[in-house]
Amino acid sequence: MINKSSRGVMTFSGGIHPVGDGKRLSSAAAVRRAPLLERYFVLLAENAGKPPVPVVKKGDKVAKYQLIAAADGFVSANLHAPTSGEVGGIVEVPGPMGVPSMAVEIISDGEDRGDAPLAPIPDWRGADPEVLKTRVREAGLVGMGGASFPTHVKLSPPPDKTVDTLILNGAECEPYLTADHRLMLETPERVVRGAAILAKILRVKRACIGVETNKADAIAALKMFGAEYGVEVITLRVRYPQGSEKQLINAITGRQVRSGGLPMDAGCVVQNVGTAAALADAVTEGIPLVERITTVTGEVVVSPGNFLLKIGTPAIEAVKLAGGVKSEPGKLIFGGPMMGFAQKSFRVPVAKNTSGILLLPARVAVNYASTGCIRCGRCVQGCPMHLMPCLLSTAVEADRFDLAAQNHVMDCMECGSCAYVCPDHRPLVQNIRRAKAELRRQAAAKK
Amino acid sequence: MDITVLLIAAGVMCLLGAVLGVVIGVFVRLFKVAGNPLADLALELLSGANCGGCGYAGCADFARALAAGRAQPSGCPVSSVEQIAAISKALGVDAGAVERRYAVVACRSEIGEVRHMNYNGVQDCAAANLVAGGPQDCRYGCLGLGTCARRCPFGAIEIIGQVAVVHRELCVGCGKCAVACPRGVIRMVPADAKYHVYCNSPEKGVLKRQFCKAGCIGCRKCERVNPGMFRIDGFLSRVDYASEPLPDAETIDRIGCPVGCLMTPETRLEAARVKVEGKRDDQ
Amino acid sequence: MENRNEAMRLPTGEHLVLSSSPHLSSGASLRKIMGGVLLALVPAICAAVWFFHWRALGVILYTAACCVAAEAIWCRFAGKPVFKTVSDGSAAVTGVLLALCLPAAIPLYVPPIGAILAIWLGKQVYGGLGNNPFNPALVARVGLLIALPAAMTTWTPSRGMTEPSYPERQMFVSGADAMTCATPLGVAGTTPKVLSGEGSRTNFAGLESPSLLWRCFLGDRAGCLGETSVPALILGFLILVALNLINWRVPVLFIGTVALISAAVHWFWPGVTPGVTFHVLNGGLFLGAVFMATDMVTSPITGLGCVVFAIGCGIVTSVIRIWGNYPEGVSFAILFMNALVPLIDRFCGIRPFGYVPERVRKGGDK
Repeated sequence: MINKSSRGVMTFSGGIHPVGDGKRLSSAAAVRRAPLLERYFVLLAENAGKPPVPVVKKGDKVAKYQLIAAADGFVSANLHAPTSGEVGGIVEVPGPMGVPSMAVEIISDGEDRGDAPLAPIPDWRGADPEVLKTRVREAGLVGMGGASFPTHVKLSPPPDKTVDTLILNGAECEPYLTADHRLMLETPERVVRGAAILAKILRVKRACIGVETNKADAIAALKMFGAEYGVEVITLRVRYPQGSEKQLINAITGRQVRSGGLPMDAGCVVQNVGTAAALADAVTEGIPLVERITTVTGEVVVSPGNFLLKIGTPAIEAVKLAGGVKSEPGKLIFGGPMMGFAQKSFRVPVAKNTSGILLLPARVAVNYASTGCIRCGRCVQGCPMHLMPCLLSTAVEADRFDLAAQNHVMDCMECGSCAYVCPDHRPLVQNIRRAKAELRRQAAAKK
Repeated sequence: MDITVLLIAAGVMCLLGAVLGVVIGVFVRLFKVAGNPLADLALELLSGANCGGCGYAGCADFARALAAGRAQPSGCPVSSVEQIAAISKALGVDAGAVERRYAVVACRSEIGEVRHMNYNGVQDCAAANLVAGGPQDCRYGCLGLGTCARRCPFGAIEIIGQVAVVHRELCVGCGKCAVACPRGVIRMVPADAKYHVYCNSPEKGVLKRQFCKAGCIGCRKCERVNPGMFRIDGFLSRVDYASEPLPDAETIDRIGCPVGCLMTPETRLEAARVKVEGKRDDQ
Repeated sequence: MENRNEAMRLPTGEHLVLSSSPHLSSGASLRKIMGGVLLALVPAICAAVWFFHWRALGVILYTAACCVAAEAIWCRFAGKPVFKTVSDGSAAVTGVLLALCLPAAIPLYVPPIGAILAIWLGKQVYGGLGNNPFNPALVARVGLLIALPAAMTTWTPSRGMTEPSYPERQMFVSGADAMTCATPLGVAGTTPKVLSGEGSRTNFAGLESPSLLWRCFLGDRAGCLGETSVPALILGFLILVALNLINWRVPVLFIGTVALISAAVHWFWPGVTPGVTFHVLNGGLFLGAVFMATDMVTSPITGLGCVVFAIGCGIVTSVIRIWGNYPEGVSFAILFMNALVPLIDRFCGIRPFGYVPERVRKGGDK
């Protein structure tokens, strides 16, 4: 069963349609390269899995693109110097998860020079897929859409799983964010080339890019290169969370990833368009991942835009690029407003997965002040995982984590659709997170 | 109305009552659940607080464990020494060593003037701790949202300002609060220990000083003056409760803790009151 | 460039609020929902004023005020925030709904009793809005109907009935006393049932004349204030659906079930009950189906649950109307189904994403 609406635009069931999604603030702003800064703080513990181990120490001279931290084990990713200069030390900085994290401080020498450390593979079409996969590891690629999961892990399906479809996620369903949109619009060839390389690594026949209809210009741009590289461009309905892996697979292939399963279980691998573009650079030019496009936006930002930031740029510097603020923001969010994380400080540096830096005024941000569930059922309609968030939340409030587990709380992906539509502004997602944390703790205690 | 109708009605009701009574009596005999008289006796002597401090699911469960010899009367943290003696006498078992504990919230965030961030969400420490690592500058301190106070069956924890403080005289040491605390700020300490280190952060002293004026800076003065009485974990000193003797007023005076982290529960409560109420006077 | 930098304002981060994601809201709120329901009730209120004169508006405002007062008094003594609770508008909605199911000639001592029943017994004792198992307005209506049957069933003629041109006047108005009259359902209820034979076909002929049915459709008949005018209630239904405040299936299935059952019974035993048009247009079916059975708090959460709930309401209503002691059964039916909602919710859950039914899974999965 393919979820196709009458206009040939694909989607999934459930989900919400955010009204006034804030994309117009920055969608017309072309990507601007950020000027060189004095200091960068490259976070070590930024990828999912084990943090990489620093291979430089205080006082070392580094060239741009030089390896500064090496992957520790399989589920880990390399880090490279974003610019040339001196290592200021392994220091503690405020991390994007609210707790202090270790970072490699790079003091720029103003030269921003360095050779591509990896040999370019111009003839990637004829290259061995294993060589290309090694390149993914060397270049330190991680999922740039949000989870920051090391890319090579997703490209290494176990022998018992057959993968037949590569899906590139260009849905960018999060309100306010336009980084992927601008990337696809301005450098469509890189994205499509990256998709073709990924398809080559996975040895799959079908490679497609899913893009929501509100990015018609990007769809047209991608389609210009699609046929050349054998990559399909698929139009998706504007619906949140269209860009969630499981929903995207469902929308494009009609398959359902089983509960607790991975996309591989449905024969799919999903990668972000930013990751694909970074891979294209790594393969044909030999450049590792040291910069990304980040949307700096929000109602209080003077001139919201999309910026090519070096990994390790502190948030405050990104805000400076966007012209500062009109008034004091009530919330600083890394990522989008639906799944992003609220930050405590403007000193938090940009990581490989920071798709957006969002400064919301207090009047726009939701105020969680619940008086009690009125059982309107909107959260149930809105849940893309077909759960009952209202019941889960009341179960957690009564400390009935067992009841929450029975009602499949672990399947929740915390997309926030439920809390978005709740007329009582209940902190549904927070309660569900609490249940998931508690159940994981209980499971760990049992072992 | 005819009197016979009334009589018949009354008679029928009586008969019905008698028949049903007999039926119930028969069934009670038939399906009698063999109770344990010892367990019933123990349950009667227990306090009935159902706090779970013994590690069993309430007083009835503990009473069954007592009767089966799986537990000792001293396992009940609520009963007084006399009550435990009475139970052990009644059951004819050894009372076991009475090991009393009480809870200590090892944090003085209000004195250290730790910044609590603006937080909007579930008013529960465990839930708040999941948001950006907790809405507080200190990663290890008391969040002050009162999850422990709500769990305490004895009302022994008070939230003063934005920090939990234990009322020593009300705490029986059931340990429910320590389980509820997501940050492990609450420690269960032996009842004869008087002084405790009121800090929970093992971070470097310099770092701690940036956001808390009252945290243990890990200067090791306490350990140097009284070797064996304190343990240093990272940059955090803790009283070694296994040591003999435990720190008393005189040793504390001799140490002269530079941040004043070493306190008794009573002085801790007083200090929080003075700090928070003093603040109120300023305004 | 220098000047621009000097003028640039940078955030200090002092007022940053921490909260869990999502950081946006659709802007929906309780107050907006209750405002929407009140808006949808406006046509029915206008119809009530038209057919039962200005007294109707007085009754509606008075009852709503009583409910708001009852809520405020409860909150005052229960230590709840008074303004915050009252300002969500739920008490006002309950008050208007209760007023719409009272007769126009209701004595003035009844609405305060109704308000106490609705707000205190129907809602606040359970813990306030969201926790009440029964629709508060219906709790009050049924309570009043049982406790004060005379006051609750003294009907006054509607605007058209006072004119001699009203054709079936003599069926509802007895004797010279034109101040009170009967409702069509009441007449149908007191008409002896004819199971078979000669009179069975013509038993309800008087009640089923096209001109009377047309008047019932418009609302020109005796009855509760808000229940009579079908066009006004349909307009309210459309407003509710347009504002996405109700599941449209509930009223449609509720009314559809009543129609189906009455049609079937009338087909086999025409002398037992009037036909389908009469049943659908009379009594509080439209008011109950559109505004009471769709109450968010007391109806099931899932779509399937709502379908079961609506069909159940329809069945119970028909059974009470055709075979019960009361001429009307909508309020009892909804309350009865309200009680079953937890059960319906339990058995009408939805299948979470990724739980492929067993037979499908055997194909590909390990």
